[in-house]
Amino acid sequence: MHVPDGFINAPVSAAAGVVAAGAVAVSLRGARRELDERTAPLAGLVAAFIFAVQMLNFPVAAGTSGHLLGGALAAILVGPYTGVLCVSVVLLMQGVLFADGGLTALGVNITDMAITTTVVAYLVFRVLVKVLPRKRSSVTAASFVAALLSVPAAAVVFTLIYAIGGTTDVSIGKVATAMVGVHVLIGIGEAVITALTVGAVVAVRPDLVYGARGLNRPLKLRVGGELVDAAGTPAPAAVRGSQRKVWLTGLVTSLVLAGFVSFYASAHPDGLEKVAHDKGIDAKARKHASDGSPLAGYGVKDVSDARLSGGLAGVIGVGVTVVAGSGVFWVVRRRRTADTSPSQLTETV
Amino acid sequence: MTDFPESSTASLEVSGLAYAYPDGHQALFGVDLTLGRGERVALLGPNGAGKTTLVLHLNGILTGGAGTVTVAGLPVGKRHMAEIRRKVGIVFQDPDDQLFMPTVREDVAFGPAAAGVKGPELEARVHKALAQVGMAEFADRPPHHLSFGQRRRVAVATVLVMEPEILVLDEPSSNLDPASRRELADILRSLDVTVLMVTHDLPYALELCPRSVILSEGVIAADGTTGDLLADEDLMRAHRLELPFGFDPKSVKVTSA
Amino acid sequence: MGAGHAHRLYRHGHSPVHTLPPHTKLAAVLCFVIVVVSTPREAMWAFALYAALLAAVAYAARVPAAFLLKRLLIEIPFVAFAVLMPFVAQGERVDVLGMSLSVNGLWGAWNVLAKGTLGVAASVLLASTTELRELLLGLQRLKLPPLLVQIASFMIRYGDVITDEMRRMKIARESRGFEASGVRHWGVLAKSAGALFIRSYERGERVHLAMVSRGYAGSMPVIDDVSASRAQWSYALTLPCAALVVCLLGWVL
Repeated sequence: MHVPDGFINAPVSAAAGVVAAGAVAVSLRGARRELDERTAPLAGLVAAFIFAVQMLNFPVAAGTSGHLLGGALAAILVGPYTGVLCVSVVLLMQGVLFADGGLTALGVNITDMAITTTVVAYLVFRVLVKVLPRKRSSVTAASFVAALLSVPAAAVVFTLIYAIGGTTDVSIGKVATAMVGVHVLIGIGEAVITALTVGAVVAVRPDLVYGARGLNRPLKLRVGGELVDAAGTPAPAAVRGSQRKVWLTGLVTSLVLAGFVSFYASAHPDGLEKVAHDKGIDAKARKHASDGSPLAGYGVKDVSDARLSGGLAGVIGVGVTVVAGSGVFWVVRRRRTADTSPSQLTETV
Repeated sequence: MTDFPESSTASLEVSGLAYAYPDGHQALFGVDLTLGRGERVALLGPNGAGKTTLVLHLNGILTGGAGTVTVAGLPVGKRHMAEIRRKVGIVFQDPDDQLFMPTVREDVAFGPAAAGVKGPELEARVHKALAQVGMAEFADRPPHHLSFGQRRRVAVATVLVMEPEILVLDEPSSNLDPASRRELADILRSLDVTVLMVTHDLPYALELCPRSVILSEGVIAADGTTGDLLADEDLMRAHRLELPFGFDPKSVKVTSA
Repeated sequence: MGAGHAHRLYRHGHSPVHTLPPHTKLAAVLCFVIVVVSTPREAMWAFALYAALLAAVAYAARVPAAFLLKRLLIEIPFVAFAVLMPFVAQGERVDVLGMSLSVNGLWGAWNVLAKGTLGVAASVLLASTTELRELLLGLQRLKLPPLLVQIASFMIRYGDVITDEMRRMKIARESRGFEASGVRHWGVLAKSAGALFIRSYERGERVHLAMVSRGYAGSMPVIDDVSASRAQWSYALTLPCAALVVCLLGWVL
């Protein structure tokens, strides 16, 4: 998915560059808040980890293999700000050193692969962790869903960027179906691996899973003999309960909303394709594709893709709505807890 | 601070040091230890005795427990942190942790540069420190292209360049082949600084350090000449310290000054 | 994506291109790529001239063509994408060898291929004539936020260490008779990835301790700095300036 030079036109690349620069600046500040002076070594090591893990091949079958993209994993393990930084640095180095992804497309690549995946994954993860029962398996499940949604979300953002600044007139419906279709598949792989990896870390060092830190606090009875630690924590439990209700309401609301989206999508089975159709730009291309050319098979693929996209609209609808809805809750809640409990950032050496 | 007490001859003074980690695990239970200037002392003890915790107190990375640490008359605390960290040079166990800069030269320069040294003076100090450990010709190499023994020596140089009052080494002989081990011993012997060496390598302690202390269960359990401690079988057994097969401390003639 | 990381990027040498200060080279490559991207795709001759310019740089840097071409392979996934374009794009169509292709799509494919290849070639030339360390200094000099440069520098320093750890874990798995061959084995591989993360993070904490022990207080001391003379700047900027002339001609003609 590393976009090369010349794929997106210059103005949009520049705009994406500005977005990326802004997000990286915010993340720099945020990461300093999360890690203070430890930012450079820790983020650097995590970036090296992401870099290494992208080389770890996961065999699928018959000689093919995939690998992790790592945005969701980074967000869940080290937090959204540090996650954005790490993936951005990896992309920067891949662009400068390995010519993987164009230099002028760096903004597009960062917006798409560093920012979108990390932010979407983190928000989905947080919401699910809030709502699901407070168990380790919930963390794994939440990681799964978060990673699953993060990859097609990146594909959606890519499609949007392409729609604005693509250098070729491929119908947006087609780009969307192809990109999202492929990336849903990739997303499943990413989700399985991310969930398993987070699960493995939670089992050994739960304190290192940034996204689950709040989860661990009340359970802090790790050492067999020493139960004294738990004394400080029961107070927030009540707050927690009511907060959970708020989170649940939020999720239910977004699910209902998402239901509408998927209902709409299923009422018009060719979902995104329909958009192109309405604009009357699609018919011609499809006719051509099916009239006896060697690539006639593409028409068949197109139809099945279109059906897939109907189902997809539901999935993405849920994702987008959950993200958008919970984003607001998240901001409000953050502000509230920032006032009351500065202890959230305490670290153990 | 103006209080330079009578202990100005001591490089390091630890008294009544106790510390518990934030998770409640208490590692130190009142450590008292004094190192005179120019002494070489081995800190022995079983795993989990609190050795690393003690070391991290010496330059103020861990603070907040009971007791005090004084380095060359200067109490370890927020106030003198920069000064303390210059005076106490810690060489960590894994040289890959210690050598974090892209080249050997920059790594050695990191400490003095952070303290504001620059230009030709910085260059001269880096060269001198690298020459002390025999690594001057490797200055422009990236650390990961060196052998383990070479990396350990560079790690010592990164600390020597600060011209420390006291050099603290965490397991200096671990993972070294016999030749590198001897080379490092020669280097350490040639230095004119106070050395505190945390180690499980008892023959190495005997070779390099006239005096040893045993840290066990968070307190100093024994303090004496290395030869005497190693020869005391009951003491050794009580603290899970074992000599290598066939090694008899009484038969070794220590020639160090 | 993972391809090509294994072999060495930098080719040691003492050519005039090698000795240029890194930030001038970075700036030159960036400007060059921007110019290339803003060239109208219809000016095909302009791209030929760009390629000739890069070939001249490669010649001056004594980078062999075979090396350069091999590194261009990184582009392949997008070449596949570009090849699809003439089939799926809309608009006016032409028949080529019995296939109906979109004119617009052909232009699009050409556009992506030409610009993408030139971009990759320029980056490859940069990476093969500039040492990693120099590149970081160059980025620092070009006012990339220092924290970002530090993170990148730690990543470069420990990339090898962590990749090595990963390799050792793989050897350990294989010596116990485990060979990952399908989805069933993802659990084991993911456990390795988890362990790798824990090791990386803990190493980060230890590195931090080592830094703090040597007086680190939140900002890296500037040990090396690079500077460029006016002559070096003008030498480095010859490339983008020449490209700019070509580009302007491309718009005018």
